[in-house]
Amino acid sequence: MKVGVLALQGDFREHIRMLRRLGVTAVEVRQAEQLADLDGLIIPGGESTTIGKLATQFGLMEPLRRFGAERPIWGTCAGMIFLARDIGRDQPLLGLMDISVNRNAFGRQVDSFEAALEVSGLEDQPFKAIFIRAPLVTEVDEPAGVEILARLEDGGIVAVRQGHLLATAFHTELTGDDRLHHMFIEMIQKHQPTAAAS
Amino acid sequence: MSTNGQSNENGTQKGTWAVKKGLAQMLKGGVIMDVVNAEQAKIAEDAGAVAVMALERVPADIRAHGGVARMSDPEKIIEIMESVTIPVMAKARIGHFVEAQILEALGADYIDESEVLTPADESYHINKHDFTVPFVCGCRNLGEALRRIGEGAAMIRTKGEAGTGDVVEAVRHARTVLGEIRRLQNMPREELMTYAKEIGAPYHLVLEVAETGELPVVNFAAGGIATPADAALMMQIGVDGVFVGSGIFKSGDPAKRAKAIVEATTHYNDPAILAEVSKGLGEAMVGINVSAMPEEDRIAGRGW
Repeated sequence: MKVGVLALQGDFREHIRMLRRLGVTAVEVRQAEQLADLDGLIIPGGESTTIGKLATQFGLMEPLRRFGAERPIWGTCAGMIFLARDIGRDQPLLGLMDISVNRNAFGRQVDSFEAALEVSGLEDQPFKAIFIRAPLVTEVDEPAGVEILARLEDGGIVAVRQGHLLATAFHTELTGDDRLHHMFIEMIQKHQPTAAAS
Repeated sequence: MSTNGQSNENGTQKGTWAVKKGLAQMLKGGVIMDVVNAEQAKIAEDAGAVAVMALERVPADIRAHGGVARMSDPEKIIEIMESVTIPVMAKARIGHFVEAQILEALGADYIDESEVLTPADESYHINKHDFTVPFVCGCRNLGEALRRIGEGAAMIRTKGEAGTGDVVEAVRHARTVLGEIRRLQNMPREELMTYAKEIGAPYHLVLEVAETGELPVVNFAAGGIATPADAALMMQIGVDGVFVGSGIFKSGDPAKRAKAIVEATTHYNDPAILAEVSKGLGEAMVGINVSAMPEEDRIAGRGW
């Protein structure tokens, strides 16, 4: 299995390290042609405005939309924003997931936090989730197939899945906990059973 | 002032080490630009900056005008915070923990305890563990980097020589830090205590770097970066991202140059793209050759 990590900007190396630890071939993606032989893609944390501008400038928007129409993508934080349909302001978005997202929903950096989070499908123990100037999902289109995987104690939605697309508002790549990476790898395997052998 | 790692009633924790150094991790592969007002901040954000650094005067003007350089007027910092959605950093003088308290109260996303401003304390830096807001500090070598991290810095930048447009000191400092890490990795364990003593670094951090082969926090380059090629040079040498100070707003076409430096930082390993983005940027800032500069004009030596 070969998984790409969008490496325009952000903490892509942390994701690559995590994937390699799980025995997956992981590569940095900066150009559209590098998407060709991938089984899945992670869009990392970073600055969503920067990632959007660079993706536009280097002709990645349409190739990423085509990729996401067929193959699994997981967006963390900035990646979640980039996958959303609507964020209430004008910046480049892939619009692949039927969710609305509020950027910097918790405030500035002094309001960034860690929380123990229950994630659906990973109930054995709570996740140490790190939220950094994090976004929040404000609306999900359930008839379109969006399922909610995790909520904060106050009900705020922070992890969602829609078919082969996954989005989390928090960073699991900054902790030693690889269960969500594992879950994404399983999503890829189930999506393309033939790719699992490699 | 808030305390480090405060717990909230709902079981969440703010200001933890992971949260502080995590923001720097999100900035990697990006460009942080010095700005003095809202208009410049907007240009920086539109160009793709990952953050802006709010300050009263860019380093080239601090050099030209002299006098005491201090924290910006809070009104300016608020104006900048209101004009952009990306993180806003601000500078406090070395050792001036009250300026840092004020910046934290304003909601700055990162504080740069910076040698570019006039030091307020000639012996001690700020105890950065006291704060919820994270700090970035400058360094010229591994010992200085680890002392700052020991004091609580959650991000490091090599100093270079700010306000010169001459990349030579940025190269020197990045090569020094990265070279010392490589040598440290090859030292047998019994040499590490003496090495820690020699470079004036906390022993536990020396042990950690010997084991991991990298600094415990993100490391950007700063001081003298003026062109897309300069930014890509620093990235290829091995830093995680770049700060550009005077290089953008002291050049002929700031918006275009800023965008080109952002693109060069992402595609630092692709000479064809670097050639393309370097075309027709107008005049670069007029530089000062560091080797011809009197010793007393250098600011990289500030920091203890």
